[in-house]
Amino acid sequence: MMSNPDMTTTPTAPARGLLDHPLHWRWALALLVLLLALPVVAIALQQEFYIGLASRILIFALAATSLNLILGFGGMISFGHAAFVGLGAYTIGILMQGGISSAWVAWPLAVGVSALFALVIGAISLRTKGVYFIMITLAFAQMLFYLLVSLKAYGGEDGMSLASRSVIATGIDLKQDATFYCVTLAVFAVAFVLVQRLLNARFGHALQAIHENETRMVAIGFPVYRYKLAAFTLAGGLAGLAGVLVANQSGFVSPALMQWNQSGMLMIMVILGGVGQLYGGVLGAVVFLVLEEVLSSYTIYWQFGLGAMLLAVVLLTPNGLMSLFQRGAKEIGK
Amino acid sequence: MILFLEQSLNGLQFGLMLFLLAAGLTLVFGIMDTINLAHGSLYMIGAYLTATAAAASGSFLVGLGAGIVGTTAIGVLLEMTVLRRLYHRDHLSQVLGTFAILLMSNEVVRMVWGSQPILLNPPAALAGPVDLMPGFAYPAFRLLIIGVGLAVAGGLYVLVTRTRVGMQVRAGASNREMALAMGTDVRKLFTMVFGLGAALCAVAGGMLGPLLAVQVGMGESILILAFVVIVIGGIGSIRGALMGSLLVGVVDTCGHTIVPMVLAETLGASAAATAGPAVASILIYVLMAAVLFWKPEGLFPAHG
Repeated sequence: MMSNPDMTTTPTAPARGLLDHPLHWRWALALLVLLLALPVVAIALQQEFYIGLASRILIFALAATSLNLILGFGGMISFGHAAFVGLGAYTIGILMQGGISSAWVAWPLAVGVSALFALVIGAISLRTKGVYFIMITLAFAQMLFYLLVSLKAYGGEDGMSLASRSVIATGIDLKQDATFYCVTLAVFAVAFVLVQRLLNARFGHALQAIHENETRMVAIGFPVYRYKLAAFTLAGGLAGLAGVLVANQSGFVSPALMQWNQSGMLMIMVILGGVGQLYGGVLGAVVFLVLEEVLSSYTIYWQFGLGAMLLAVVLLTPNGLMSLFQRGAKEIGK
Repeated sequence: MILFLEQSLNGLQFGLMLFLLAAGLTLVFGIMDTINLAHGSLYMIGAYLTATAAAASGSFLVGLGAGIVGTTAIGVLLEMTVLRRLYHRDHLSQVLGTFAILLMSNEVVRMVWGSQPILLNPPAALAGPVDLMPGFAYPAFRLLIIGVGLAVAGGLYVLVTRTRVGMQVRAGASNREMALAMGTDVRKLFTMVFGLGAALCAVAGGMLGPLLAVQVGMGESILILAFVVIVIGGIGSIRGALMGSLLVGVVDTCGHTIVPMVLAETLGASAAATAGPAVASILIYVLMAAVLFWKPEGLFPAHG
């Protein structure tokens, strides 16, 4: 999956700029090996529960990373990102109801549907800025939420159950949790490396430069609007991919997937992990979901503990948890 | 005709209560440049305190008074301990910080009062309907809500436009740095504005408590509506908040009666019963998207 480690430098480029986000491939490979070993260990210890949890974390890590692409690197604070997750999930559900369960057909279609909606919503929303952008993305997500609530053919407010999981090939049975986990891991890894490559490419640099100083980028002659729209569309598509996996894991889709507090949760994950940090979305998803799991096993009042932790993170770390890992690297001031 | 009149009054009543929330939110946003997701929590706390004090004292009025005083105290405390540290941070840190407060206050309320909704009765004297016109009776308590809403809106108008503090508030909303330079004591002003916002939340929570369920999470859905209101009205503008609230209140309330009727005409009764409420709920978001599309700064921008 990560066969191409020498991505930090190209022969002509300077060693490493402010806008570069290295994969830290030694660490990444070690992490990948650990993640690959997880189902083996879990099955050996008869703790299959953790395979499901790990899949869930990977799915949300993917969704949060896609949000971080536009929120952290592009400066577009979208409060409606869960809508694209939900659209991806619903596409899977609707196709399966129509008898199409092949992953090769349904998954690209789901990503396409999410990306298409992101393109249209982005094209309108990107005319606004700042808080107004936050609110207009929320408005569109709420419209889609209520639209799906009103569609009785697809379960309305109650949602719909999926007959089975998607079919990839005869040898690969997604109904097995370990297999599903491996496919999720593969999808996540490919998507993550794609985002990393993109951020270090010309497109990613331009996107980050627009975030830093939009006026200057306009003056230099960059088609700023088109860059932002492309990033927004791509992030929507990746969120749709996360939705595909959500639908397959839970075997159930409902409008609750795209409610505003789901968008809020994705945002919280990104802010928690680190806005504009390559691993920010991943770290945020891991910490948030593990905290939720651990705290809720001790007390029914676990949200209090979660809130206290989040508050401590805000007050003590300037830019999310990732800032704990990079002492001295403070060039990018806000 | 009667139905239309009744729905308009309901819309007015809901809009005025939304205004109480939106006014505090828009001031905190406009003056301190702070996104406060915990605003809905103050509304919830206000409703709970009112319900508890009303049950203990047997008087709705005493309950409401205690709710306002208690919520204001909690709001001021919150401002002095946490919110103050978030003013100079970026919007995203504020979102995370106030979301943390929202989670914690939900949990505290659940610990104290349990997760079942609690009951808040309207005052016995106002429990019945009154005849506004021959053949048109309207619940007295809802009329009281409209009265209180109008009175508070009027009081707020006088406070903001006719007093020295109000002048400083307006100055802060339209240009914070300049207000600072002219010698406004911003620490005190911020605490006062936040306390005022909390008091307005408590009024809304206490008055709406008898109509809606007093329960954990009641603050979140209305918070989103309040944000919609201030974005439509223009952030930092009290007048915008009032106009936005009335617009949202009337559109939402009337939409919930008219849309199902229209759908029943065109699609048949069963389709209307299922799709109607959802389609009606879309209306205010369409309204907001349309306003932002044509007037990206809201209807009444506060920043000149």
